[in-house]
Amino acid sequence: MSRYTVALAGNPNTGKSTLFNTLTGLRQHTGNWAGKTVMMAEGEFSYDKTTFRMIDLPGTYSLYSNSTDEEVARDYIIFEKPDVTIVVLDATSLERNLNLALQVLEMTNRAVVCINLIDEAKRLGVRIDLQKIEQRLGVPTVAISARNRIGIDKLLKQVKLVASGQINPHPIHIQYSDEIERKLAELEPSIRENLGSQYPTRWIALRLLDGDESLLSSLKKRMNEVTPDSVREVASYGRTACH
Amino acid sequence: MAEPLATNASDPLDTLLSKARTLADGETVRDGIVSDIYRTTRDICAESVHYEDKKKLQSTYRLDKIVTSPIWGFPIMLAILGAVFWITIAGANVPSQMIFRFFAIVEGYITAGFQALHAPDWLHGVLVLGFFRGTSWVVSVMLPPMAIFFPVFALLENFGYLPRVAFNMDRLFKKSGGHGKQALTMSMGFGCNAAAILSTRIIESPRERMLAILTNNFVPCNGRWPTLILLSSLFMAAGVASGLQTLATASVVMGMVMIGIVVTLTVSWVLSKTALRGVPTHYTLELPPYRRPQIWKTILLSSKEKSLNVLMRAIIVAAPAGVITWILGNVFVGGDSILNHMAAFFDPFAHAIGLDGFIIMAFILGLPANEVVLPILLMGYMSSGAMVDADGLDNIKEIFLQHGWTWLTALNMMLFSLLHYPCGTTLYNIYKETKSTKWTILSAVIPLGIAIAVTFVTAQLVRAFGWV
Repeated sequence: MSRYTVALAGNPNTGKSTLFNTLTGLRQHTGNWAGKTVMMAEGEFSYDKTTFRMIDLPGTYSLYSNSTDEEVARDYIIFEKPDVTIVVLDATSLERNLNLALQVLEMTNRAVVCINLIDEAKRLGVRIDLQKIEQRLGVPTVAISARNRIGIDKLLKQVKLVASGQINPHPIHIQYSDEIERKLAELEPSIRENLGSQYPTRWIALRLLDGDESLLSSLKKRMNEVTPDSVREVASYGRTACH
Repeated sequence: MAEPLATNASDPLDTLLSKARTLADGETVRDGIVSDIYRTTRDICAESVHYEDKKKLQSTYRLDKIVTSPIWGFPIMLAILGAVFWITIAGANVPSQMIFRFFAIVEGYITAGFQALHAPDWLHGVLVLGFFRGTSWVVSVMLPPMAIFFPVFALLENFGYLPRVAFNMDRLFKKSGGHGKQALTMSMGFGCNAAAILSTRIIESPRERMLAILTNNFVPCNGRWPTLILLSSLFMAAGVASGLQTLATASVVMGMVMIGIVVTLTVSWVLSKTALRGVPTHYTLELPPYRRPQIWKTILLSSKEKSLNVLMRAIIVAAPAGVITWILGNVFVGGDSILNHMAAFFDPFAHAIGLDGFIIMAFILGLPANEVVLPILLMGYMSSGAMVDADGLDNIKEIFLQHGWTWLTALNMMLFSLLHYPCGTTLYNIYKETKSTKWTILSAVIPLGIAIAVTFVTAQLVRAFGWV
């Protein structure tokens, strides 16, 4: 029986914890407000004879390491390299949510975009052309309602396809301004030379251009120690912090 | 997993960064990156998302015009908070009495059993009067209010009201030099301070985060709600007409919350003018759409996760504490029990701040978890052989009264509970998050100093005016 790691990323309050509970059967406390999950919660579920270990990352608006929770989420995706990262989006405010999805897609191609609260969006008269979004993003895109268990099966099917490598997505390539692109082109070769190809080169180049010191210190730490310390950050089953 | 490269790999990294710096040429690349990402998402959405009616989408926010309005925001907030307390207090009384009577009947049978077996008195004392009675009182006093309060609060949370509270409070926190998100971490403190300390991670600036950490303790958590609710219902509504008693009790609990918030803001303000100077940073607060909570799921979850958890913690400590306090209260040295000797040691100081030695001992022993302060106190009192005849909850008041309690004692115990140092778990989390012994100690000493000062002034004033 194969075993894969799945990370849940997304903006705050898009229902990551609800999806986490739906899939794992665990009872992470859910709440309708931004910033509820600050620690990562971990659980397990099986689908189609495969075991998935699932990590609920803190919800963030960006992955630009503005605060500790953003660093935690970013470090997990970059250093722990989950087999699949599910980006959970709120269907009722897709435009704002997609920004984070694009940032994740710059970090990894092994992603599934999951548009949650689709029933809510329908009720509010928001019509979403799933195929078109999927075509633009270049990764499997599924619409679900985590609390009413709509679309969960479709989601898991795509998650398994990406995890097992049966699908190898080619995510959207964000075109930056000529000036930024020129600088990236100059930086990328030396990054490949120093870090090899274990990290997404273009993304690292972007972060370095942005002067992201915290990423650099994380990188250094990774290279000097064998045990990644983010493992210690994971809270045990179902308990976010104390009660 | 990260594959460790050669150990001196950090040098090339520095070279990389400096190369990047030269390329960036001191400009902020961030704006360019972000605007390109935004352009891309706008692009995608323009061709794949269609709104039948934009107004319909906005309708979820119609309620916000009222609940976050400058005029109605605060009154509505107070009304909702008051209603939650009112429901809790009004609803808890009857089940408390029932559970209490049930345990009293069981105790009667157990005692009869001990007598039938001719068990020695000390064994009956330890097991029945200490262990069983202590535990059963904790259950009957704490379970009903928790079983009502936590689910109601969780429903409010899942509905989406907490961010609105933060929105209303935002201006006040800015004025006191803190971060607007401190209102959110404070709201989380109403549930559990230890969890709230972790939630301060959402605050970017270290200075503002420290403010949020140091002041989080001033809002009552799960472990302290029962104390506040019980004491105010026993002592604070005595002079009020019976129909209004519940209302009066709820107002007192709400008053405590208000005091906590005022202290939070004041301490933030003082710190941001002294040890943690600085200007508050800007941020945007997201107001999520209101969502109909999954009512039964929320109720079941919060009962299981919170009510039972808090109760189990209380019982786990209360049961052995019941035995130990019974022993301490019944072993005599020099004509008085050990327990009384210990309480007497704290008495002079305790008296100055309107408490007594037993209360101080309960707070010290209650450091690991606030849930156990009340149980330890009750058991301390009971072990000294007080005879209790009254029935139900009046029993508890009777015990307090026999130990010289007045409404001042109750008020100051509530104030002390509200303001004193955070629990052991919270302190541990503060240490983990700040990695600083100095700030961890300060986070206990500042509240303790305030708690002592406030209760001292209250006690002296009340006595000077001859109100007790």
